Amino acid sequence: MSVALPAFPLPEPTPEPEGVPLCDVAPGAAGVIESVDAAAAIAGRLLDLGFVPGTAVRVIRRAPLGDPVVYELRGYRICLRRSEASHILVRPA
Amino acid sequence: MSDAALAAPVRLGLLGSPNSGKTTLFNALTGLRAKVANYPGVTVDHREGVIDAAGRRIAIIDLPGTYSLSALSPDEAVVSRVLDGELDDAPDALAVVADACTLERSLLFLAQVLRRGTPTCLVLTMTDELHARGGSLDLPRLERALGIPVLGVVGHRGLGLDRLRELLAAPEQWARPHLLPPEDARARADWAGSILDSVMATRPRMSRSTEALDRIVLHPVAGTLLFAAVMVFFFQLIFAWAGPAMDLIDAGIGAASAEVRATLPPGLLSDFLADGLIAGVGSVVIFLPQIVLLFGLLHFLDGFGYMARAAFVIDRLMGRIGLEGRSFVSLLSSYACAVPGIMAARTIPSPRNRLVTILVAPLMTCSARLPVYTLLIGAFVPATAVAGPIGLQGLTLMGLYLLGAVSAMGAAAILKRSILAGEQLPFYMELPPYRLPTLRLWTMQVASSAWAFLRRAGTIILTVSMVLWVLLTFPRGEPPASLPADAAASYRLEHSFAGRMGHAIEPVIRPLGFDWKLGVGLVASLAAREVIVATLGQIYAASDEAGSLREAIRNDIDPRTGEPLFTPATVAALLVFFVFALQCMSTLAVMRRETNSWGWPAFAFGYLLLLAYGMSFATHSLVTALSA
Repeated sequence: MSVALPAFPLPEPTPEPEGVPLCDVAPGAAGVIESVDAAAAIAGRLLDLGFVPGTAVRVIRRAPLGDPVVYELRGYRICLRRSEASHILVRPA
Repeated sequence: MSDAALAAPVRLGLLGSPNSGKTTLFNALTGLRAKVANYPGVTVDHREGVIDAAGRRIAIIDLPGTYSLSALSPDEAVVSRVLDGELDDAPDALAVVADACTLERSLLFLAQVLRRGTPTCLVLTMTDELHARGGSLDLPRLERALGIPVLGVVGHRGLGLDRLRELLAAPEQWARPHLLPPEDARARADWAGSILDSVMATRPRMSRSTEALDRIVLHPVAGTLLFAAVMVFFFQLIFAWAGPAMDLIDAGIGAASAEVRATLPPGLLSDFLADGLIAGVGSVVIFLPQIVLLFGLLHFLDGFGYMARAAFVIDRLMGRIGLEGRSFVSLLSSYACAVPGIMAARTIPSPRNRLVTILVAPLMTCSARLPVYTLLIGAFVPATAVAGPIGLQGLTLMGLYLLGAVSAMGAAAILKRSILAGEQLPFYMELPPYRLPTLRLWTMQVASSAWAFLRRAGTIILTVSMVLWVLLTFPRGEPPASLPADAAASYRLEHSFAGRMGHAIEPVIRPLGFDWKLGVGLVASLAAREVIVATLGQIYAASDEAGSLREAIRNDIDPRTGEPLFTPATVAALLVFFVFALQCMSTLAVMRRETNSWGWPAFAFGYLLLLAYGMSFATHSLVTALSA
């Protein structure tokens, strides 16, 4: 598919300050949690499960149907659905 | 310590996350003395066991497994309400049970518990596994860092239990933390991290066997095939492999009945013992092989760690109908019996998902439907082979199972989009390492499942069998003297209470192709599905002493048409009726208990009866049209 080039110069790419949603990190890759951005109750539970800023998370594998995904953090493995993992922003390692 | 303190019993709350080994430890501590208890007005029950240790009584309260003390649902709130003393006397002391291999995460939970100020100790399980995985833990140093007693145990092998009992007997002497852990999540994580750094020289690596197994079990292709294979295995187990044991029980019951008839003079007592009591006991015991086999597999796979993987594999599908993978485990349990299945729904954190799961669980083909399906399929579906060992009878049965499962999914999707629509709780599920369940724990679980069936369902089935016998036997009408013996028996039955009830509902069930005899069976099976087999057995034994029930229903002629009563349309309609109708008093009773209201069981009964009648009528019309 061809895409028409814009007629005006593109702005300089700015560094992404927000980090990448955890659900978009590929299996096998890892990252460090930057923030948990969700409603208070959900964020609180994710924090209690160990998804705390500064924590290293590794993406282990996706379920056969693509969702949920197994993550490894703090010495254990837990699976989250895309809808929950999207609230967790990580800096890819 | 004063003498008064020695005399007062200790109320000890056992806290911990799911998979922490808390239940194993509770079983190891209390043995078989534990009782299931309920708090008034609370749907989640818990277990309590009283033990004697170091000359003191300790009441151990096994609280529901949780990752957090900040509750997201009323069910989760039970833990903090117990700790606050809102439901019963607050525990005097708390023992937090944690898997030594996931200590870092468990410290986050421990921090929440410590901030409550109740005397607390930490019990670390799986310390053997920690060492096997190369981890090293300095327990005395952890004790100093936390400022509370810390004890390592291997619950399933009973190691460290004597010391634990001694510790639990004297919470007054427990050290208390000098400084409470921080409240802020980030500071708390730093606190946990720094403690872990100082007590664990080497962290345990991920279990190699778990890694290797998960590569297969969770593989997109292999994992899906394995999932399907496990499900097929479940089918085989309850339908085929339980067969020999069931035949044996059947033969034993038949022999006992014959023995009674041969020994006692013919009359009311002989009839009662042979047709009422012994047959009634038989209709309960006949299910034990299926239940023991099924729960044997279920508890083994759960303890092994596969059920969590199965939930993971199927979660997307369940998510699409608004449920979650853990509902699948509950629905799968409902294949054995909706009673434990509905109870298993407790593990679903979202109250809405839990309610939906409970409401659709009766659609899953429970083992109580099997006798009905087996009777009808055995009598009316030819035993022709379709491909190799796969026969038409098996495929029909599979089709009925599928119809139930698909209908459950559909009903769940509709419920989630209508009366039970609402916001979702976060979904998360730990995948624990694979662990071989110990024989002792597994035996205890299977035995308690079988016992629960005998107690909860068995008593009802037996009672209903007795009541039925009375309904089928009285009033003992006198047939005209000119009638031959079997017609006289039929006359008596038709004029009994049950016969009259069957006649009364016949106009309503005629459109489904059912006559008054099936009406009697349907009325009786409202108590429990398989009762219809016992009822038909009694009806046909009364009108046709010779030949098995299968032969009897095959040869039954509708006096109005002169044709066989069980036409293909009627058989199909009856099978479909049983797919949908909630004819099980035990299920209704357990629904009442789990939802804490009669409203939901009444709703479930109503919508499933309407569905059953509608689908059954549609099936009868369709098959009639096709065979015309």
